[in-house]
Amino acid sequence: MKSITRSKPFDEMKKCLGRFDRIFVIGCGTCATMTRTGGIEEVAEMIAHLQEWGKIVTGSTVIPTACDEMTGAAMAENGQAIRDAICILVMSCALGVQKTAQYINKPVIPALDTLFIGIEESPGIFREACDQCGECVLGETAGICPITACHKGLINGPCGGTNNGKCEVDKERDCAWTLIYQLLEKQGRLDLMKKYQPPRNFHVAPRPRLIRVTNHQSPVEGQ
Amino acid sequence: MTQSLREALDSGRFVITSEIGPPKGTNIARMLHHIDLLKDKVDALNVTDHQSSVMRFPSIGGCLAIKERGGEPILQMTCRDRNRLALQAELLLAYTRGIRNVLCLTGDAIPVGDHKQARGVFDLDSSQLLHTIRLMESGKDLGGNDLDGAVEFCAGAIVTPEAKPLEPQLARFEKKVEAGAEFFQTQAIYDLENFTRFMEFARQFRVKVLAGIILLVSARMARYMNDNVPGVLVPQNLIDELASAPKGEALSRGIEIAGRMIATLRKDAICDGVHVMAIGRE
Ligand code: SF4
Ligand code: SF4
Repeated sequence: MKSITRSKPFDEMKKCLGRFDRIFVIGCGTCATMTRTGGIEEVAEMIAHLQEWGKIVTGSTVIPTACDEMTGAAMAENGQAIRDAICILVMSCALGVQKTAQYINKPVIPALDTLFIGIEESPGIFREACDQCGECVLGETAGICPITACHKGLINGPCGGTNNGKCEVDKERDCAWTLIYQLLEKQGRLDLMKKYQPPRNFHVAPRPRLIRVTNHQSPVEGQ
Repeated sequence: MTQSLREALDSGRFVITSEIGPPKGTNIARMLHHIDLLKDKVDALNVTDHQSSVMRFPSIGGCLAIKERGGEPILQMTCRDRNRLALQAELLLAYTRGIRNVLCLTGDAIPVGDHKQARGVFDLDSSQLLHTIRLMESGKDLGGNDLDGAVEFCAGAIVTPEAKPLEPQLARFEKKVEAGAEFFQTQAIYDLENFTRFMEFARQFRVKVLAGIILLVSARMARYMNDNVPGVLVPQNLIDELASAPKGEALSRGIEIAGRMIATLRKDAICDGVHVMAIGRE
């Protein structure tokens, strides 16, 4: 699993940073390194840009995994440089940004836009694979997720926009439901194409979702 | 209009429907003019619902105008712009205002339209909307609550007989029948042999099928449709026929082709009627 990110446009980032002129930069050694948006090299490039814009960079670190407890430890290690900064610029997915914000009472600015949770299809190609919908239907759709692979997230089969097996929004992209049909056919399970799926439950785990994992049972909702 | 769409479909005669595209703005004079031109020539008139995801005057507004002018409206409802609360509420409104026909569509994707940053809703899809109508007819809403006054609709859906590949569409067609569709209007068809094959499949079910007819106004338009409109296939011989028309006569040649197709569909009782989409040239 990878949290897929994209760098924010420089103009937007500049605006976010505004008059903050002393900045500490945090990168992430996991997903953002894979997507080349927040690894060691990108952090170094960012520092050069910030300096070009007349900012003072008080320090930087690339946390091995910015979304877990290591963030706290890494920030403690860089205590002085962080104290010297007016804001923290975080080059990780939004999970790392939020984790950072829990540890410090200073403005935390995201340098990246978090796009989706994806899997690496082939080197450098990341595909959205799951929207965490809370009611997984993969068992009936030949392992293809209709929520994410179909542009409209349809669960009852293809819309009328399918064109030569491609999706109506993009001639380059496969229509998910054409693929599902073909795989179900190969598996001899075409009856599933005719099974009516009732309206989805969009409230399976009410927001904000919170799960407590205990030793002896599967995770339970709530505190 | 004295007969409802359901009565017309049940009568066994060849049914003709057409459609109205509401304006982008409050100037509805042209729409009203089109309604007046068509309402007595057809059995019912669809009003499109933000067709191609382009924001326009609403379908229900057009349907009310048809009703006021003595026509028989078909309310097109897509699932793209409203969640299940709003869809059900609109069905209640439509029923109380005498609208008795609904065409259930999933809806085109947002990016093909003119509000590309909008959120596509798709809380329901067309099959689920059909199901919802049948549920509301039984006096319940989707939340399982009792309705104080139920609805009753002649509900239909669309099908694309020229889709490639066709099989997934046929599975979806069956699902729509199962969910309660009593009539289908098809995407534009031009190849009668293909369409006849499709009808052999469709005849297994107790539903009425109205063949979609879009007037071809030039060979260029025909080629454009082949390249850009999903599920539309204009055979080469028709393109040649349009191309061979003398200058300025392609339109009348197109009318001739459409007329010939409708005549064959009717004479050979291939389907139950036609849905004529004239795209602004009525
Ligand atoms: S159906 Fe799709 S979005 Fe839902 S849990 Fe399964 S993979 Fe994820
Ligand atoms: S063409 Fe296929 S993938 Fe695209 S929206 Fe329709 S069903 Fe979904």
